[in-house]
Amino acid sequence: MDTTCPTVKSLIVLDSEGRRIAVKYFAPEWGTVSSQANYEKSVFAKTSRTNARGEAEIIMFDDYLVVYKCLGDLMFYVTGSLNENELILYSVLQAFYEATSTLLRQQVDKKTVLENLDLLLLVMDEIVDGGLILETDPQTVASRVSMRGADGEVPITEQTFSQAFASAKEHLARSLLK
Amino acid sequence: MAATAQDSLAPLRSGEGKKDEDREEETEYSPFYGIEKGAVLQEARIFHDPNLDPRRCSQVITKLLYLLHQGETFTKKEASDVFFAATKLFQAKDPHLRRMVYLCIKDICPGSDEVIIVTSSLMKDMNSRVELYRSNAVRVLCQIVDGQLLAQIERYLKQAVVDKSPVVAASVLVSAVHLIKHNGEIIKRWVNEVTEAAQSRQPMVQFHAVALLHALRASDRLAVSKLVTQLTRAQVKSPLAQCLLVRYVSQVIADSQPGPGGESRPFYDYLEGCLRHKSESVIFEAARAICNLRDVTARELTPAITVLQLFLSSSKPVLRFAAVRTLNKVAMSHPMAVTNCNIDMESLISDQNRSIATLAITTLLKTGSEGSVDKLLKQIGGFMSDIGDDFKVVVVGAIRSLALKFPAKQRALMGFLASVLREEGGFEYKKAIVQAILELIQEIPDAREAGLGHLCEFIEDCEFTFLSVQVLALLGREGPTTKEPARYIRYIYNRIILENATVRAAAVSALASFGARVPELTARVVVLLKRALYDNDDEVRDRATLHLTQLGGAAGGPEAICPSLQLNLAAMEGALAAYLASDDTQQPFDVSTVPKAAPEAKLPKPQGGLMAAAAAGGTAAAAGGAAAGGAAAAGSAGGAGAAAGYSSQYEAIIKARPEFASLGPLFKSCAPVRLTEEDTEYAIHAVKHVFAEHLVLQFDCTNTIAEQCLEDVSVMLDLAEAPEFEAETVLPLASMPLNEVGQCFSVLRRPAGISAGKMGCVLKFTVKEIDPSTGEAEEEGYEDEYQLEDVEVSGSDHIRPLGLANCQCSASPNIRLLCSADSLLLLLLPPPHHQLEDVEVSGSDYIRPLGLGNFRGAWESLDPATEREDDYGLGPREALQDTVETVMGILGMHPCEGTEAVPPNARSHTVLLAGQLPGDVRALVRLSFGMGADGQVAMKVVSRGDSEEASEAVHAVIQEA
Repeated sequence: MDTTCPTVKSLIVLDSEGRRIAVKYFAPEWGTVSSQANYEKSVFAKTSRTNARGEAEIIMFDDYLVVYKCLGDLMFYVTGSLNENELILYSVLQAFYEATSTLLRQQVDKKTVLENLDLLLLVMDEIVDGGLILETDPQTVASRVSMRGADGEVPITEQTFSQAFASAKEHLARSLLK
Repeated sequence: MAATAQDSLAPLRSGEGKKDEDREEETEYSPFYGIEKGAVLQEARIFHDPNLDPRRCSQVITKLLYLLHQGETFTKKEASDVFFAATKLFQAKDPHLRRMVYLCIKDICPGSDEVIIVTSSLMKDMNSRVELYRSNAVRVLCQIVDGQLLAQIERYLKQAVVDKSPVVAASVLVSAVHLIKHNGEIIKRWVNEVTEAAQSRQPMVQFHAVALLHALRASDRLAVSKLVTQLTRAQVKSPLAQCLLVRYVSQVIADSQPGPGGESRPFYDYLEGCLRHKSESVIFEAARAICNLRDVTARELTPAITVLQLFLSSSKPVLRFAAVRTLNKVAMSHPMAVTNCNIDMESLISDQNRSIATLAITTLLKTGSEGSVDKLLKQIGGFMSDIGDDFKVVVVGAIRSLALKFPAKQRALMGFLASVLREEGGFEYKKAIVQAILELIQEIPDAREAGLGHLCEFIEDCEFTFLSVQVLALLGREGPTTKEPARYIRYIYNRIILENATVRAAAVSALASFGARVPELTARVVVLLKRALYDNDDEVRDRATLHLTQLGGAAGGPEAICPSLQLNLAAMEGALAAYLASDDTQQPFDVSTVPKAAPEAKLPKPQGGLMAAAAAGGTAAAAGGAAAGGAAAAGSAGGAGAAAGYSSQYEAIIKARPEFASLGPLFKSCAPVRLTEEDTEYAIHAVKHVFAEHLVLQFDCTNTIAEQCLEDVSVMLDLAEAPEFEAETVLPLASMPLNEVGQCFSVLRRPAGISAGKMGCVLKFTVKEIDPSTGEAEEEGYEDEYQLEDVEVSGSDHIRPLGLANCQCSASPNIRLLCSADSLLLLLLPPPHHQLEDVEVSGSDYIRPLGLGNFRGAWESLDPATEREDDYGLGPREALQDTVETVMGILGMHPCEGTEAVPPNARSHTVLLAGQLPGDVRALVRLSFGMGADGQVAMKVVSRGDSEEASEAVHAVIQEA
């Protein structure tokens, strides 16, 4: 492939203990599950103690450039090669967590994400295609994931399902807090 | 409901009102709790259900994908079952389910033979009026199709490139970028559509269209340059597309030859214009490109540095990191250009992100002026305590280079190192500090006393034996020549009392060194050393006893305590081994026979035997390699040096034998080859000596069994696989010495030119047992044989590099003969030098000015009728430089006119090689390399020689490899 094109080597979401929630590797160097697990372990070890809640953080190690962001009890990582433009990787990360958070109505935590894992997988699929960046606008990504615009054939109840679910949960949480 | 009740059949997304409080409190709650592959695969059967439940189906797909993401693998059968079932889901109208099916097909695609099942459904979606169906279908199809199928759907794809909907166009363009690797021909037909898409107002469409346009032209430099010219004039709005363009521009600049004098670079204005773009990623891309320009000037750098400086104070860590990383790189080559940013950089020292802080510090240390050192140290001091050891090591390294740069500031820097030395830290960190101090002591005379003082303090409380020993050795060496040697005695003596045996032994030696070199301290040192005589460690006691004796004037006297052994260690080792192997151990070993320093140690005594010869050969190779360090031809030069070294050492052996006088001058000796396994009874090495019409095989034989005496040793050669050779004489070895090297020879007659073959070797000898009681060999012996490994003679054994390598060993007489063999190339070489480094420099200096004329002159002086030409495909290679080095290694010839260095990014290159074959026959080779877009390298070899055989021999060697 053309080496000048900005590429993403992997998208990773880990929980607060470094366990894998969802991953997508695009680079051939992580061909085996064990090499992937090793990579996730070292990434998590190097980043778990830093504070990436406010602004996305960045770290350089081995031959990788990793931008990451902590949201709820989850860590979102985007890996690129050492000579990648940091800001392009950052825009991918931004699309990644913002689209996820929009789709989950700002309820980004391990439980919600696992319950809506399909949405997270689709977000990853909509942002990067085989290592190439497909879209970096979070709103566009979110609307493509929810297949907005595919109506006509869509029952309205389905469309608003996640919305209904989220508000129901919010309601419940509030009543519990009282 | 407890989590254990969550079997795999429970819905993934719990239903609207079913959530009860128990589960809410469950900490380890996961919808995938207890998920199992078998059960999920069973569950996937609902895909076949005529009344599809879309929600449940997408839940099952999610579970399947979850399993995949957790590292589970499906067998081919399982995958194709799921795949078949999933294709049924195209009947459902639910868009979310459809989206999941697309994802599922991409992730679980069992193989190209099954693909055909889904293509019709996907083709239908590709023509749907819903754009998201179209785009996704395109992406899925392009990922799973093969070339044949692609040709069928090409029409639709081509149309999709100019689709009104951005998502469809972007999808097909991205897919095309992936496809271009295998189906470039098809994609090439879309150029018009892609060019149109590159004008799109949609940022992502434009981005991918530009990427594709470039990918289509990537192998053609001229076309890329044209495209870049076109695009820089056109309106490229998308930030990502503009980043791409910046990369292409810097590629074009890198490929173009730098203009003479102050002429401005092409496209520099464009890069500078990008610095004012509104998107940060474009600004940064352009700034980075400017900083990375080859031979960038300070004036060109200024605007880039200015924008990077703004980034330094950004609130986003990513921006700060990007800027500081780039500036750090610039600081290595242009420290002055970065000084403007120092104030911003200083505020980054306390950055939360440790990567940023460390980069900032090292940048500051590189750019720091003499005046700012103190301030800087103060800032770093506060910061050191809360960073990790690996960062600290980086900082210490930077401090060290700063101290070497500003020796006047050594006091402050040394003080800093001393203070960090006192703090807690791991071994690597402490080692870095100690090494830094050691280096400063050596490089800066003023720093010596203070540095030694700090180190003394350090060993008072040092937990690392390795470092203590190192410091003690340094004290012993440097301490006695300071103003007040006496003050170190206490520190050292404390070690003798308090430390472990290793450190005690080192301290004893250090102490003795003071006693030997400072006469007024001798008496006091003797008193202290006497206390060590009762140490409970052998080594400490031994050292104390030895040194006391020496201080008393015996055993070599005080001078022997700290001998300045400026010896070639490899030669020393060889000489010692030879001494131990000889019977005559009554005579003490004479150090003076060992060559002194490395450069003069080229030629050990001919009697030194194989070990010394091999050892020195190794040194010559190492020295040759080191001297050529960094040069492109380092490997080949080192190898050539070693080869020349072998020739010169063995020549003496050959000359000593009158039997070889009739063979003419020795052409080349090859490196010794081991014919026996390690640690066997006999150690046999073979050395091939090439003469004009003979090949002499020298067998260096060593017996390692003391109970046997081997006599009448010879090597039988089986010439079945080497028909060109003819055995002439065998010179047997009367007796194979124990643990020493003896030689037997076989002389083979061979036709002139190049002859190759493989010879089986059998060692024949008469064994006589040695009577252990008398130590004498028995009278009667028996004949025995020992199978050796085969000796191979290849074409490259006959080629001797011409040029630089010859003058490396100009100390040896036969080399002058070599020089005259090709006066054309060596005409301008300086008179023989003895120092390797000198020759290296002058060699390249003198060869280069010869210019093309010389090789061409030699080339044209050779008969064109001898020209032989052939093409070779070398397969995919990483870079041309490696390929060139490999081929040069195979041919064993010497590059001319510096053509062995391939310019960066070159896609084609020509190397000129010269070599000499037996009979003083020259062979010149022109190697042309070309690299295709896919990394495939083709090589054209044109050779000429003094004779046709010589020219053909080159091709024979290459074909052999």
